Amino acid sequence: MSALNRKLLRDLWHIRGQALAIAVVIACGISTVVMSFGTLSSLEVTRDAYYEQQRFADVFAHLKRAPASLESEIARIGGVKRVDTRIVEAANLDVAGLDEPVLGQLISLPKRGAAKLNQIVLRRGRLPEPKRPGEVILSEPFAEAHGLSPGGHILATINGHKQRLNIVGIALSPEYIYAIGPGSLMPDDKRFGIVWMGRDAMEASFDLKSAFNNVTVSLMRATDEAQVIKRLDDLLAPWGGIGAYGREDQISHAFVANEIEELRGIGSIVPPIFLAVAAFLLNVVISRIIATERQQIGLMKAFGYSDLVVGGHYLKLVLLIASIGIILGCLAGAWLGRAVTELYTEFFRFPVLYFRLDFHVFAAAGLVSLAASGLGALGGIRAAVSLPPAVAMQPAAPTTYRRGLAGKLGLTKRLSQPTLMIMRHLGRWPFRAGLTALGISMSVAILVASLFFFDATEHMLDIYFHHGQRQDATVVFSEPRSLRAMAEIRRFPGVMATEPFRAVAVKLHHGPRSERASIAGLDSRTVLRRVLDTDLKPVSLPPTGLILSTKMAEMLDARTGQQIRIEVLEGRRPLVEVVVTAIVEEYIAAPAYMHRAALNDLMGEGRLISGVFLQVDNRYAAALYHTLKDTPAVAGVTLQTAALEAVRKTMAETLNIMMSFYVLFGSLIAFGVVYNSARVSLSERGRELASLRVLGFTRAEVSYILLGELAVLTLAALPIGCVFGVGLARLIVSNLNTELFRVPMVVTPVTFAMAMSAVIVAATVSGLIVRRRIDRFDLVAVLKTRE
Amino acid sequence: MTNKAADEYAMAATAFTVRGLSKIYGAGETEVHALRGIDLELLEGELVVLLGPSGSGKSTFLNILGGLDTPTSGSVYFRGQDITALDSGGLTRYRRDHVGFVFQFYNLIPSLTARENVALVTEIAADPLPPAEALDIVGLADRLDHFPAQLSGGEQQRVAVARAIAKKPEVLLCDEPTGALDSKTGIGVLEAIERVNQEFGTTAAIITHNAAIAGIADRVISFADGALASVHRNEQKISAAEVSW
Repeated sequence: MSALNRKLLRDLWHIRGQALAIAVVIACGISTVVMSFGTLSSLEVTRDAYYEQQRFADVFAHLKRAPASLESEIARIGGVKRVDTRIVEAANLDVAGLDEPVLGQLISLPKRGAAKLNQIVLRRGRLPEPKRPGEVILSEPFAEAHGLSPGGHILATINGHKQRLNIVGIALSPEYIYAIGPGSLMPDDKRFGIVWMGRDAMEASFDLKSAFNNVTVSLMRATDEAQVIKRLDDLLAPWGGIGAYGREDQISHAFVANEIEELRGIGSIVPPIFLAVAAFLLNVVISRIIATERQQIGLMKAFGYSDLVVGGHYLKLVLLIASIGIILGCLAGAWLGRAVTELYTEFFRFPVLYFRLDFHVFAAAGLVSLAASGLGALGGIRAAVSLPPAVAMQPAAPTTYRRGLAGKLGLTKRLSQPTLMIMRHLGRWPFRAGLTALGISMSVAILVASLFFFDATEHMLDIYFHHGQRQDATVVFSEPRSLRAMAEIRRFPGVMATEPFRAVAVKLHHGPRSERASIAGLDSRTVLRRVLDTDLKPVSLPPTGLILSTKMAEMLDARTGQQIRIEVLEGRRPLVEVVVTAIVEEYIAAPAYMHRAALNDLMGEGRLISGVFLQVDNRYAAALYHTLKDTPAVAGVTLQTAALEAVRKTMAETLNIMMSFYVLFGSLIAFGVVYNSARVSLSERGRELASLRVLGFTRAEVSYILLGELAVLTLAALPIGCVFGVGLARLIVSNLNTELFRVPMVVTPVTFAMAMSAVIVAATVSGLIVRRRIDRFDLVAVLKTRE
Repeated sequence: MTNKAADEYAMAATAFTVRGLSKIYGAGETEVHALRGIDLELLEGELVVLLGPSGSGKSTFLNILGGLDTPTSGSVYFRGQDITALDSGGLTRYRRDHVGFVFQFYNLIPSLTARENVALVTEIAADPLPPAEALDIVGLADRLDHFPAQLSGGEQQRVAVARAIAKKPEVLLCDEPTGALDSKTGIGVLEAIERVNQEFGTTAAIITHNAAIAGIADRVISFADGALASVHRNEQKISAAEVSW
């Protein structure tokens, strides 16, 4: 090995602490990128593989009743690959230990063999015996939520008849990755479950002998889905079809897609920011380290080493450090990516897991880091090699310091000399001081940007549940009812207040755009369920016209005053034009509202309601739920507390996993930055400070000069970092805009405080480490060597 | 100077020819004239000692001879080639091929052992001595694998001398080589330089504050305020071992 390379390795060993801190910063930047992108692509691959294996359908349609013979007609629609017909019905379930009503979605299993589409994955137990009508399979999330397993049983009210269902198996289905009950926003595995039953048993229970009421279709490649949907609608219309829809509107798929979209929203923004910050820091730190090597650079040049060789030597050192970081980052990122993907696989209950790492991600992240460190090194090296060796070998000439403005005004007279040194040093190197402060503020910023997310989701939930939806429970009827139904419910035990609503499934059209939606018909001046404007003030619903949430308006590209065509998907299926009278900000889902009376008029019906919002006296809750369970007209009951819990669980959990890692990495980067800044300052000023010790300054006084400067820079960086953090948060917010939810731009003081404290702690720890070095200065050595 | 001596002088080949050499540092108010029009010749194989107070310009002069710095005006010819006309790459090659340096503060690379510090230079030289041999010449055969921090000041300086001579340079430039050393170790270093000068015929220039060292020189050149104050030929040259201070 050449002497130069040996020097390289020994130098690297000598600055190992600092090199490691730099490598950690790079590793953090890279591993966030590798982890996020790896997780994202793995999730998609896994989901797609799951869909493929279980033959998840492309088009779905529900109808009243059609003869089995219609199946072959559907199969003849151009582009249709497979058709699967079945019976899907709702049933009220009674699970031991839960007062509240539970809604079950009954789905028929084929008489023999596996379903042609949407095949279930049997996790435990077996399929029901065709001869034993009471045997069922439960969806795994539901079974787990209630601690049910094969051998157990549940009670069900199926088409008005109470029946005992024996559990023989537990299964998963690609169709119900998320099981969301009617009227619910979020999955609630305790109160909504999927029950698979034999076809014969279901035909008997629902009087659908040789008939079906649900059909799913898979398509051949490059088939126009819209065309198939239209043909299917035409075929099903005489049989009470309520509109076929594609995967995009299939609730579970849409949900999973949204979740992945959210992850992408954050995953494609935060990690590159981390990497950029890491690269920036690297650049700053490296160029400063090189600057401290100026005398050795001069010496090597004096011996006749060319600029290229000397430059190459330091470049190698830097790239070596960067490579350690890159390797660490890639390994950690791949490992974490796998772990996080496993977490998500469990979360989404994918029965398989395909972990995929994209080589391009490694390559891009690695190149960015190498380039950043290389450029940082080149800046420093160029400065050092451009000096004639005679000058480079000399210690840098004493810098010309000036009395600042404060000094001229005589304001500095009361300051101690060490304080003056701090001020003059900062004033003399404003650019360098600025860069250090900028680096520290970046670490504050990434912490703010990753922590704010928790504030924002809390705020979103608070608005949704404590300002907008203040009911305790929502009762949904199986069929629209007259207002008398509400009057009856009002007499149920524990009901303190009621508010009616009408919900209608529609398709909204505006220009070339169309979206499936549910219009909620509410009364004006409601107390429980309210529509809020951006200032959280309740909006009184106008007697006519449509109110859109910002997200729905955005999806339809609609503005206030414009006409929207409403295609109702139930009842007599009217088609009407309505004016958008207002647009309101809602963070969750993409709702549309009308005055209830206007919606009734639009439907050409009397004053019908789909359900009732309730305010419930908690003391009588159990009795109330018991009564509701035994009320045949009630299709389902959603409890607000349960809904809040469900939202928190589904929405927060997915992103929380990712955000927690970001907070961790943000903290590590913050520490790396501050530690490096302190170490570089120490090597730049070591001699000066040691000389002060020789002159009789105490350790504390000398530490004060160095650490005081760092403290000033850190303090200056904190507010700047908060401002940057808000900017980054805004960027994330603008990227986190899915149909499912938007994140409000809310950063609480607590977040600022936490981000700043983390950086202050990092600064203090780094300061203490550096302080120990000051304590160990070899004063004699300082006197003996040059200068 | 006697006629005979003058003839000998004229007959010897010239290593360096310096003409009108000036160096100005800074500009305006802070302008410093480090050298003011120096004219001088150094002969092949000659050992000169440069004397003069701090700031008299001798270090600047040596640095320019060694291609470590460039003059503001004037020229330096090394064996007929104007080194002041060389660009940075040309100066690098000049230093690499012809010049050895010894500095007052040794300037060893702390992360390399004695042998490796020497190897740092021999690796880029055309026909170097093996590092161990160079270290043997300066009497450090038993300290090959010590790091600078494990060596005394005199030993470190002798490593620096070994490093300078290992590539068998035509020119050896020493800036205060004994400045940081006591007399005994200083003499050891001077002996090493003297030996290289005599055995390899290396042209050597030694800067010193210490007039006692002047005795080992062929010529003593005194600097004052950026100009030559005197050039004095040593009629009775003594060996380094005879020096004392």
